[in-house]
Amino acid sequence: MLLLTCPCCGIAAEETELAPGGEAHLKRFGPGSSDDEFESYMFARKNPKGVHFERWRHTYGCGKWFLAARCTATLEVFGTYPAQVPAPPPEIIARIKARRPDWSPG
Amino acid sequence: MSDPVSALGHAAFDGFARIREIGPLGMITLRARADLPALPAAVAAATGLGLPAVRRIVTAGDRSIGWMSPDEWLIVLPYAEVAQTQARLAEALHGQHHLAVDVSDARAVFRIEGARAGDVLMKLSPVDQARLEPGELRRTRAAQVACALWRDGDGYTLVCFRSVAGYVMGLLTHSAQPGSEISPA
Ligand SMILES: [Zn+2]
Repeated sequence: MLLLTCPCCGIAAEETELAPGGEAHLKRFGPGSSDDEFESYMFARKNPKGVHFERWRHTYGCGKWFLAARCTATLEVFGTYPAQVPAPPPEIIARIKARRPDWSPG
Repeated sequence: MSDPVSALGHAAFDGFARIREIGPLGMITLRARADLPALPAAVAAATGLGLPAVRRIVTAGDRSIGWMSPDEWLIVLPYAEVAQTQARLAEALHGQHHLAVDVSDARAVFRIEGARAGDVLMKLSPVDQARLEPGELRRTRAAQVACALWRDGDGYTLVCFRSVAGYVMGLLTHSAQPGSEISPA
């Protein structure tokens, strides 16, 4: 079972109260972009075994989107943070590095 | 004006807790930025209540206002006072971006009462009842549908969409069957 603390309302929400929204921090390519860029935006995902940044929505709670950093292999949650940021905040990166010394962002 | 009718005509069930469908109850959904300067005074002028903190519901007499999300509040009040309260909000927030919608007839309201009222909800929602704080409004799900609940008096008040009122009454009735209590006597 996955518990994620929603940064918008503070509830430690159980997985069934949330809706997954896929990989976080995607750069959008829309009209005017090349076919390769658009294909990558539409379909290419990192899908790592390990540290992953994800979008989640507190569907049955406050209804807001937020982002989470967790390990896809162990379900360990490193932290959650507001959706209005282009990259994971430093404190989240620090927490991941403390738990996964070999991991590096990007 | 036609007579308001509650969702299930005051359906009730006496199990190890008492389940009652109540209403009609007035409800206004208020949406605005939380930092809108005119908001606290407008809510005070319209309802006599102050804005609740995050995930809280404040009550005075037969009126309450609950925090629903960072930009949404639920005003609960007597059904007959909805139009007047909406008008007061519109006046106080004139020209400011906001929404104050009468959702009274879009919702159903239940009371779950008795010493083991919490047991009924434990089976239906992923909420740690022991950590539900006094005056906390908890939005969650009841089995497969969205709901909001809070402790009030000797039990809980639960609000859901009217279209699923029958489903929720069924859930509550089943969950309150005598012999299916969770906590020790
Ligand atoms: Zn939330």
